[in-house]
Amino acid sequence: MTAVLVPLVVLLPLLGAAAALILGRRRRAQMAVSASVLSAVAVIAIVLLAAVDGGEPMAVTVGGWEAPFGILLVVDRLSAIMLIISAIVLLGVLIYAVGQGVADRHRETPVSIFYPSYLILSAGVFNAFIAGDLFNLYVGFEILLSASYVLLTLGGTGERIRAGVTYIIVSLVSSLFFLSAIALIYGATGTANIAHLSVRIAELPSNVQLILHLLLLIAFGIKAAVFPLSFWLPDSYPTAPAPVTAVFAGLLTKVGVYAIIRTETVIFAEHDLTVLLMIIGGLTLLIGILGALTQADIKRLLSFTLVSHIGYMIFGIAVGTELGYAATIYYVVHHITVQTTLFLTTGLIERFGGATSINRLAGLLKASPLLAILFFIPALNLGGIPPFSGFLGKVGLFLAGADDAGADAAGPAWLIWTVIAAGTITSLITLYALTRFWNMVFWRRREELEGYESVLLESVQEAPEGATVTATRTTPVLMVAATTALVVLTILLTVFAGPLFDLTSRAAANLVDPDVYVSLVFPRGIR
Amino acid sequence: MTGSLTLVGLMAVLFGAGISIMLERSLTRVLIGFLLVGNSVNILIYLMSGSPGLAPILNEGVDAAEISDPLPQAFILTAIVINLGITAFMLALIYRSWWLAQLGVKGDEVDDVTDDIEDAEEAADLIRSSAADDAAIQEIIDASDEGPEDLDEELELEAAARDHVEGGGDR
Repeated sequence: MTAVLVPLVVLLPLLGAAAALILGRRRRAQMAVSASVLSAVAVIAIVLLAAVDGGEPMAVTVGGWEAPFGILLVVDRLSAIMLIISAIVLLGVLIYAVGQGVADRHRETPVSIFYPSYLILSAGVFNAFIAGDLFNLYVGFEILLSASYVLLTLGGTGERIRAGVTYIIVSLVSSLFFLSAIALIYGATGTANIAHLSVRIAELPSNVQLILHLLLLIAFGIKAAVFPLSFWLPDSYPTAPAPVTAVFAGLLTKVGVYAIIRTETVIFAEHDLTVLLMIIGGLTLLIGILGALTQADIKRLLSFTLVSHIGYMIFGIAVGTELGYAATIYYVVHHITVQTTLFLTTGLIERFGGATSINRLAGLLKASPLLAILFFIPALNLGGIPPFSGFLGKVGLFLAGADDAGADAAGPAWLIWTVIAAGTITSLITLYALTRFWNMVFWRRREELEGYESVLLESVQEAPEGATVTATRTTPVLMVAATTALVVLTILLTVFAGPLFDLTSRAAANLVDPDVYVSLVFPRGIR
Repeated sequence: MTGSLTLVGLMAVLFGAGISIMLERSLTRVLIGFLLVGNSVNILIYLMSGSPGLAPILNEGVDAAEISDPLPQAFILTAIVINLGITAFMLALIYRSWWLAQLGVKGDEVDDVTDDIEDAEEAADLIRSSAADDAAIQEIIDASDEGPEDLDEELELEAAARDHVEGGGDR
């Protein structure tokens, strides 16, 4: 019976966006609508996960047309997990944005379109997670991308327009790839339904499968910012307002990762590109993190670590065992939370210190100990220090890889060991880059800032168009509260790692066997 | 599956033209390229629906094998709507980017500024013309104070002064 709740996940944010747009000038009402809609979606997602985990089938045909023709919404454990974590993170960032808007008297968001766009972005993200056919997934992507164009160029300053143009053109190209892939897949199989495709794709000649598979991977790879399709990300994300960057960094790339998981597990279950994915994963890890090493600006540094850590998830997908997927899903959940939190903390640092460059900040530990803690915990977490969730996720991924290398199932063993080594190095370099930032910004005394010379800072480069921000020396309560809540969430992911990993293992068990998904959509078999 | 070769050719041409235009630096050309490629992808989707047939309405006496595939048509309609929205946004973005390129960040206040400048110029003109009048009259007075050296010249000056006064009166 809970299946009736599924369409609400998309419908509520869209209706909320309409309401927020009508409320226009009345900001309080806008904020209330946005916050309550996202809370409602979070509650619905929890109910859905409980129902799905209890074994209730959750496939809804919207509009009454039977699968495989109608618009199909499917929720399995993976979808439900993604829904919950994205709803919670979106809500946290929304509260942060409300705090910032109130404190700045809405200078960052001068127009009343922030909240409606934000809700439409949420609707697109949720739609992508529950889409049961490829075309609906495309629509979900377009909804979230259109909203993200607006959010990225918010205010229309020259800097943001320039960054936005790169992002928009890259996204348009990836959408065209995706649409062409859908057209060709439809031509080859006569269906766009994911479950139906799982059966039909396997009947195609393997060279046709290869082309379709690569087309889809390119389209999703651009969205997930996988090397070498990641060039656009560090140039476009950092210029947006802090909450927008945080939610983009946390969620948008993960939608691409989610789509890649679905592609590999359900659509092309029989056809694998494991070796290619393994190599791409390894390169994404190393090249991303080497980029992070040379950045002085914390926002750009974090964008590069974001690209780099997508490599872990690609590695987990390439391993392709049950343990591999379980660890990947756990890592996705961890990474969404931690990356968002770090960007939010950066926003606070920017307000408090008036800069985001390592060369212009110092002595913040004494000025604001709370900020130091709020940055330190997620930074260690991202760097993979035990006992945090980043460490657990990485260990899970490496164990899965080592198991697989022993069994020699997915690709040559030396390749898997090489990528595991790359992952370890990446983890250490991440830790180095983030602790260097922490040391310089929080520990260094303020007097040392003038003419400070250090081998640590010799090679860092400033952001090309570093905007000057006036330090307000204030940290509004609501912003700090939202950030603290997300830091607590990252700690909870660590504390409850056991039950959570059991859950992701059950989700992964569904994934490795595509028949589970197919029978969910077609309980009576495909006619 | 039979498709129309003309459509295949059209799709190929649109694809090629669109991609080559998209590679230009100018944003407007990128938009035009995007529109061309978007339309060629729509044609691709249409081509994938197989051989053309009757309108996809199932009535009595209509054989399901004879109607054309409705799903790709639904896809195309959706894609067209999405492209329309994105085109609108791109046009706004291009306009904004042009605005910034022409006028810089201060372009935002340009409306008020031009008004102010116009007002200021008008005022300056007034002051300048009245100052010129004053100077001319002063010159005449000075000249008359110096005493008549030449009758003709004096007459001329008087005429000029009269002209001036009359001109001022007309105003």
